Formats: sequence, C-alpha cells, structure tokens
Amino acid sequence: MALEGKVWRYGDNIDTDVIIPARYLISFDPQELATHCMADIDKSFAENVKKGDMIVGGKNFGCGSSREHAPIAIKTSGVPVIIAASFARIFYRNGINIGLPLLEIGDDVNKIKSNDTLRVDTSTGKIENLTSGDVFQAHPLPGFVEDIAKAGGLINYIKENKHND
Amino acid sequence: MGMNMTEKILAAHAGVEKVSAGQLITCSLDMVLANDVTAPPSFKEFDKIGGPVFDNTKIALIPDHFTPNKDIKSAQLAKSVREFADKHDIINYFEVGRGGIEHVILPEKGIVAPGMLTIGADSHTCTYGALGGFSTGVGTTDLAVGLATGKAWFKVPETIKVELSGEKPHDITGKDVILTLIGMIGVDGALYKALEFTGEGIKSLSMDDRFTISNMAIEAGGKNGIFPVDETTLIYIKDRVKAPYKIFNSDPDAQYCQTVRINLSDLVPVVAFPHLPGNTKKITDIGNIPIDQVVIGSCTNGRIEDMKIAANILKGHTIDKNVRCIVIPGSQQVYKQSMRAGYIDIFIEAGAAVSTPTCGPCLGAHMGILAAGERCVSTTNRNFRGRMGHIDSEVYLAGPQVAAASAVLGKIAQPSDLK
Ligand code: SF4
Repeated sequence: MALEGKVWRYGDNIDTDVIIPARYLISFDPQELATHCMADIDKSFAENVKKGDMIVGGKNFGCGSSREHAPIAIKTSGVPVIIAASFARIFYRNGINIGLPLLEIGDDVNKIKSNDTLRVDTSTGKIENLTSGDVFQAHPLPGFVEDIAKAGGLINYIKENKHND
Repeated sequence: MGMNMTEKILAAHAGVEKVSAGQLITCSLDMVLANDVTAPPSFKEFDKIGGPVFDNTKIALIPDHFTPNKDIKSAQLAKSVREFADKHDIINYFEVGRGGIEHVILPEKGIVAPGMLTIGADSHTCTYGALGGFSTGVGTTDLAVGLATGKAWFKVPETIKVELSGEKPHDITGKDVILTLIGMIGVDGALYKALEFTGEGIKSLSMDDRFTISNMAIEAGGKNGIFPVDETTLIYIKDRVKAPYKIFNSDPDAQYCQTVRINLSDLVPVVAFPHLPGNTKKITDIGNIPIDQVVIGSCTNGRIEDMKIAANILKGHTIDKNVRCIVIPGSQQVYKQSMRAGYIDIFIEAGAAVSTPTCGPCLGAHMGILAAGERCVSTTNRNFRGRMGHIDSEVYLAGPQVAAASAVLGKIAQPSDLK
C-alpha cells in the first residue's frame, strides 16, 4: 500500500506512558484514546494530526507497558504507519497484531525531520523523503509475520485459519 | 551445538527438537494472564474469534491496577473481568481482598513453575523467569488469541548471558543488581533478546531478589529474564507448586550473543534518575536531593523481604515531616505476614501510610499521585515522565533500603546515613 503524509518527528525511547498516559486507561474506546494520544509529550498532536500523517521516532519506540491502547490510539488518530530506528518488542508485536504497519530503518531515521513529506510503500518497505529526496529501505518483516500484517492483523489471520494448525 | 534454557523451553512448547535464534514458531501456552486494564479490551477480540476459552485452569485474571476501584469507569472494567471469569469458570481469578498484584501472587500461589511457558498482557510478566520458566508480556490481541487457542507466535530471541560473580553484600538488594545492569547496557540493551542470569553469584540471591531482577528485564528491552533452577528455587516452590513441572538447563555449548559480567561484591546501592530506568547513579555520587514522597511496594518490590528490609530500617525512626511514605504490601499474604512479623506496626509508628495491595501509584493510577514539581523515591520499576502523576513530577527508582532511609531523612539517602 502506497501512502503519502507529513511527519511528526519524535526522539529516542518514546514510552507508552507518554503515548497514552495511564490516567486515560479507564477507557478502551479507540476514539477517546485518540483524543489523548501523545498527551504527555506533545499536546499539539491530538489536536492537529491529520489523517495520513506519519509518526517517525528514534530508538526503542514504544518502550514500557504492554498496553495495546498505545498503538490503537495512534492508529485511530489517522496515522497509517510508524517509522523508527527500532521498536520496543511488545509495541512491535501489538502494532503487527492490530494491523498497523511498523517500519524499522535504523540510523536512516536521522535523515527525516518534522514536517517532511514521505511516500511509503508498506508492502515493499520503500520510503521516499519527498522533501529531501532521500530514499530508504526498511528491514523486511520475517516469515509469517508478513502474512499477519497482510491479513490486517492477528485476529483476521486467525479467522483465515492459517495459524495454530 | 547445544541450546540454552530459553531455547529449550520454547522448543518443547513448539513440539520440535531444536530451535535457534531468529526462528519463528508457534507455541502452546501453560498460563495466560491479564489484569483489569488489559483483559477488558481483549474480550471484544476474543468474541470475534468465538468459542470457549482454551482451558479454564490455565488462565489467570487479576484486577490489580485500578483496584479497589478508583472511579466508576474502572469499576466497569473490573466488573467485565469478574463477569468473564464467572462465565468461563476461570479458576485463577483473584478478587480484591483475596489476591494482590498479579506478579506477586502467581508465584506465591504456585500458579507458575519451572519450565512453564506463560504469556501475560502485562509487560512485567517476565517476572516468572526467576523460577526458570519462559514468560513474557504481550498485548491485548495476543491475549485474546491466547485465551481462545492456547497458542502464541514467537520469534526465538538471541540470548545475553549475564554472569554474576562474587557475593551480594548485606546492604545490597536485587534492585541494585538489575538497576546496575540496566545502567550498563541501557534501556534497549536487551531489545528483542533474552537475558539469562548465570554464575556463582546467583547463590547469594534470595528468591525475592531474583523476582525483582527478572521483573525488570523488560526495562532493558528484554523479552524475558531467566534464572536456572537451584536449591533456592526448589525450596520456594515446595508446598506451593502442585502440578508436575520440568527443569530445563542450558547446555555447556549453548549459544549467546553477548556476555555481561557483574561482580556482586563490588555493588553499591543504585538510584535511577528521571526519566529512564537506565539513568542510574551510585548512591555515593548523589548530592542533596530533597523528596516529597516515598513508595514502597509494586510487583518489583512488594514482597515479604522488601517489607522486612524497610521495617528494619524504619524501626525506631520517624518519617521526615515533609515526606509522605506509602507502603503497599504486594499481596494479602505479604500483608498478613508483615502484620504477624510486626512490620505494619513499625510502618505506622514511623508515620507511614499502609495500603491494601494494589498497583496504585506505580502507574500513576491512584493512592499517591504526584503534583507538579514533586519528587518521589519509589521501589517501582518505571520513572518515565508523568508515570506517577504530573508530567513535571519526578520519580527516582531504588531498592527498599534506599527508599526507607530516604523517607526518614527527607532526601535520597542510604541506610548508613541514618547512623
Ligand atoms: S505494580 Fe506497576 S509495574 Fe507492576 S503490574 Fe502493577 S502497574 Fe504494572
């Protein structure tokens, strides 16, 4: 899937507590979670994010809690893909499982700035920075993890009966 | 080429002879865990798959985060967990007043054992590695699939060997060991990887030390944090674990991607400064940092040994007039043991508030939220911005001995400063 959008750039170790603080976990309504997305690191995000905008982070994006509320809040905000140097393990699983593409590109992330416009092909992992002209290649998804992503998430994948013999 | 403990447990649960790092496998699960925050959203996903739960004896549902319910919305969450547990006849459901914090009660009640494969919709599920099992945190969707099918997919992790030598000095706790390690390798130092603790130093670590160490494997980005099973483990599980269990040992020629060495004899108490658990400083390198609150509890340090350490230090002292000290035994059993041992009296006489078991302030839910500009020394596991309240508050992570001494002196301190 080819996507084009503007970048919200964040740093290293963006944790799930700043993506969706625990005080909002009394709800798991995706729309409500989205209104608090990034609340403790960037108050302007939830107000100003537009459908199709992309989040780009540094190392260890999504570290901390296992709360799936975090990728759900981001996905429901209209963000179709997150790009980072690396992702924390549980956040990565959760993203794949809910059908939110996560692309890892290592140090190339340093060549992406806030408000750059990217064109991203989530199936090939090719990322073009239309603002700077740079082109990057994300690490491919391994084995059946790609099938889970293609099915739009783990529940769909399970229902298609490909998992668990 | 041999396999390490983590690989052996994963292979056994995938029904294959051998696995190696990087391989994708599907494993059958021995225990599936969730709490009042993560279970409710998974029920919706569970219903999409349809059907009954895979095994009502292999699921644990524990309301501990917002309980005793802090408001109406959290009461709704807890209610939906209770109703699910009732409908599916979940054996291991622990109501308020009969349980406590999930990672304290699962080992305590013998629900997790050596060689078991456990997933939990809570990142600190890695705690049970202390007993020689493979356990790791997952999200809501994995949980829903686990509840329905009893299976989960894994990528076999590479393993970092953490070789512990020497002997732990008496004023050092498991918390100092794990904070030292995270300070060395960083909060993503074990990203996607297993941590395996080995070496003769392990002998001087109590079971509660090991739970604290495995608990915070996730704070280094780790998938799990596993200890070999030894005398200490066997004594702990005797009379607790009723079901048969299996002990896995790493082969002498097992593969590791990295070795980290720590001499326990050299350790000093460590404090993790805001806003990352890897931001550690030796207590001897800390200047004068006045504090407003101390929290002693959580799935990291809410066990009986933590209560004992804190009580021994607080005995005969009073909490500084500018400090609120909140002590939270991690389970009803820890509470009762603390009461019988006289610790609760000591806490109250010192001027501390003692709470019923709950996660409470650890995640900034309730029972001790910080105002703007306030500082807390906490035995919990995360000091992210805003974790315990206002985004301009600060959390300093430490062991129970440092927390107790700090409560008395009104600034970050170690027990020897009291004399
Ligand atoms: S005590 Fe804190 S870290 Fe442990 S399970 Fe509860 S909220 Fe999570």
